[in-house]
Amino acid sequence: MSRLGTLGARLYRGEVGYDFVGKRKIWYGISILITITAIVGLAVRGLNMGIEFSGGAVFTTPKASVSVGQAEQFAERASGHAALVQELGNGGLRIQISEVDTAKSDQIKQKLSQDLDIPASQINADLVGPSWGEQIANKAWLGLGIFMLLVVIYLAIAFEWRMALAALIALIHDLTITVGIYSLVGFEVTVGTVIGLLTILGYSLYDTVVVFDGLKEASRGITKQARRTYSEVANRSLNGTLVRSINTTVVALLPVAALLFIGGGFLGAGMLNDISLSLFVGLAAGAYSSIFIATPLVADLKERQPQMKALAKRVRAKRASAAAKGETDGAEQQDREDGEYEENGTSVVRPRYQPPARNRGRGGPSGGRR
Amino acid sequence: MAAPKKGRRSSGGQSRPGRALALIAIALVALTGGMFLSGHTTPRLGIDLAGGTSITLSAKEQPGQKNAINPTNMNTAVGIIERRVNGLGVSEAEVQTQGDRNIIVNIPRGTNEKQAREQVGTTAQLYFRPVLTIAPGTPAPKPKPSESPAGKAGDKGKAGSGEKATGTDKPSDGPSASAPAPSSTTQGRAVTDALKADASKSPQAAPSKAAPSGSARPTGSPAPSGAATPAPQPTPGANIPPELKKKLDALNCADPKARAEAGLGVKPSEPTVACDEQGKAKYALGPAGVSGTDVDDAKAAFDQQSGAGWIVTLDFNSKGADKFADVTGKLAAQQPPNNQFAIVLDNEVVSAPSVSSAITGGNAQISGSFTQQSASDLANVLSYGALPLTFTESNVTTVSPALGGEQLHAGLVAGALGLALVVLYLVIYYRGLSLIAILSLLVSAAMTYTIMTLLGPAIGFALNLPAVCGAIVAIGITADSFIVYFERIRDEIREGRSLRPAVERGWPRARRTILVADFVSFLAAAVLFIATVGKVQGFAFTLGLTTLLDVVVVFLFTKPLMTILAKRKFFSSGHPWSGLDPTRLGARPPLRGRRRPAAPTDPKEA
Repeated sequence: MSRLGTLGARLYRGEVGYDFVGKRKIWYGISILITITAIVGLAVRGLNMGIEFSGGAVFTTPKASVSVGQAEQFAERASGHAALVQELGNGGLRIQISEVDTAKSDQIKQKLSQDLDIPASQINADLVGPSWGEQIANKAWLGLGIFMLLVVIYLAIAFEWRMALAALIALIHDLTITVGIYSLVGFEVTVGTVIGLLTILGYSLYDTVVVFDGLKEASRGITKQARRTYSEVANRSLNGTLVRSINTTVVALLPVAALLFIGGGFLGAGMLNDISLSLFVGLAAGAYSSIFIATPLVADLKERQPQMKALAKRVRAKRASAAAKGETDGAEQQDREDGEYEENGTSVVRPRYQPPARNRGRGGPSGGRR
Repeated sequence: MAAPKKGRRSSGGQSRPGRALALIAIALVALTGGMFLSGHTTPRLGIDLAGGTSITLSAKEQPGQKNAINPTNMNTAVGIIERRVNGLGVSEAEVQTQGDRNIIVNIPRGTNEKQAREQVGTTAQLYFRPVLTIAPGTPAPKPKPSESPAGKAGDKGKAGSGEKATGTDKPSDGPSASAPAPSSTTQGRAVTDALKADASKSPQAAPSKAAPSGSARPTGSPAPSGAATPAPQPTPGANIPPELKKKLDALNCADPKARAEAGLGVKPSEPTVACDEQGKAKYALGPAGVSGTDVDDAKAAFDQQSGAGWIVTLDFNSKGADKFADVTGKLAAQQPPNNQFAIVLDNEVVSAPSVSSAITGGNAQISGSFTQQSASDLANVLSYGALPLTFTESNVTTVSPALGGEQLHAGLVAGALGLALVVLYLVIYYRGLSLIAILSLLVSAAMTYTIMTLLGPAIGFALNLPAVCGAIVAIGITADSFIVYFERIRDEIREGRSLRPAVERGWPRARRTILVADFVSFLAAAVLFIATVGKVQGFAFTLGLTTLLDVVVVFLFTKPLMTILAKRKFFSSGHPWSGLDPTRLGARPPLRGRRRPAAPTDPKEA
């Protein structure tokens, strides 16, 4: 772990780092590709909507003495509709019958109870009317809309509109990927999935917000220097919070993974499984997007600002003059930063105890050199 | 910097760590004490964990009835459904609205779920039927205990015997002109307005003449001769066909099952038999003359003018007014008990007032020995028929106790496993620091548990499976706050600070990040809770609750504890196992000049 710790330190100081912002085109490309795949998948394959959305009945039985095939026959005979039977981890059966009226389900339950030789009281039934899923879905859309609006307003106030926009794009990106994976793999969409999806909203933004918070801090007073462009500052701040981002994602994924393991392995199917599956997919997408998409987007948007353009120009001019002086080409930004640090370190006695002074020391000369 | 609550407690948490810790200790003790005092030491479990049946009914507006789905109508419907479910003797069944258009009926295990479902699932049917004959409720006149658990039913039944319906004045006027309620364009509006206006204009029957002609006429309802039918009468609808008489004789109102099944499947246009609410009397009833949907409005009022006390006023729509006039006209010409009409809700006679004259004009009032309670109960029943709503079963979930227990077990195991994994990760990554994180997680868990337990009796919060999921997912959010703070402290140490300044310097920045991030997370939970229905809500609730608790715990526990522990030698000296070892963190303290030689190769700018 100490290696991880020093890696964190080196990331923090910018000694090592990945040029997320510089290579953003690659990641944009990958994301666009994934998004297109997801949309195509959605258009071609559609989503495998569960009983909760189409209406029907799900019966769950304790350990039964009949095979899945037999149970399917029983269920189809009892209901007159197509039935889908799964065996659960505990030996029980999960029988899904679509298009069953809620009123008719009691008879089906009785028949099943006779056929399967299980007391009716031990058979669990979940009956859903056709309009219920629609209601839930409509509400979810409404919630999604309200939430996005509020979040954009909040982020625009707390940060700025560019960050709000980038966060929103990253959010939509996460949702698209998650939905796309659902459509491509063919996972069943249930109410649990919707819950998971809606939770991703909060979580994906949570991650993005933490990254943006670091970015905001790092870019304070950026126009007062001429060493780094906004993109470079963004990239450095991103690398600085990388350890935290990874930790956050791991810590968030661990309980979800536990849920998925228990929900899938122990109960076979159901609410736990559905929520945790969509959470798992969405969280992974969320971690990816807040690092690879959201911050580069902010940098892109920021670079269009006149001040930032001017800054980039100054930085270029300075580097050109530095190069003209016969120094090595200043393209290796990370080394340069490191160099500056060391340089300051030699010139000022024990600078680390007084970072504000160090910053002033840094900012001052650069201003003079401009 | 528009981060919320920025700068709050900027110094308090730092300078007085003991006070904050004491505060949270007091809060914990108070919560735990409250939990034991309230007598609930475990959270109330939802149907999916405890077993039972949960029915979600969705309201639908009847065609042409805009705005019919409103809180007033929904609450009336909840009242009626509650009455029906509890009439079955189902204890602890809860009926509540959810969202703007759903009613949830939770029936715990152990009750007759099938019957309860039938009761809840069918649409309430209210009819006005002419009374053909009345008999004592049981074939043999043996005394029997009242079956109905509803205590209020007692006086109502008594009141029923002496009730009579009278028309209000201006019988020749058009129905809408004579309506005392605000003239209505849509039924839904009328119900709402009228119910709202009820309190302000309670002696609402003031203009009515209270039908002086028949007001003192007693009705012969209580216990006429056993099963004997009154002499056949020439008027249509009054003679009892033999098969109806057979049914009436067979009906035993003392048997709740028989009561519930009496008249099951009978069409409104056919005669039927029914019991009254307590099973004391049984009725043979003619075909329905007026249906409940013809009622525009019904309310309880106190009649001061004629001294009739509490009365129930009824407004019919124009179609209902004509039919009602027709029915009452026929009834008025007959002898008791055949001059009564029965108000039948779900095949149960709620009230059977007598009629002395044809009631035209669409307004009627029922007077008798009502109390305020019984009058408003009857008005509620009558307005249910006026509710322009139909309900469909959207979702019915039946969970056997075995599966409920299994799901609870799985949820708990998943939670424990998730917590263990997070703790393991924290220990490996943060070593000694993880002690603070683990303690904070435990405090957070204890607070979540006690608050959930207390919210059960307080606001009817029930822990269901999605809520358990929300709590498990929240472990990540809570742990992340510690990570944000720890990483900040480590960053400060990497800059070469010693621990205590690092702890204090890292806090304001970490605090801001935590607040902003938690705010977004809470916003998500709040929007989810408000804008969604069903299981999503339970999830959103726990997520929001744990996010709030996260802020509390980080501010009042984690930070103060960090401040205190930073003074311990184990941490401040940067023990290798403290997780704060500067060398391991790659800090570059001044004594470490080893790296310097690397610098000169870099470009210099000075």
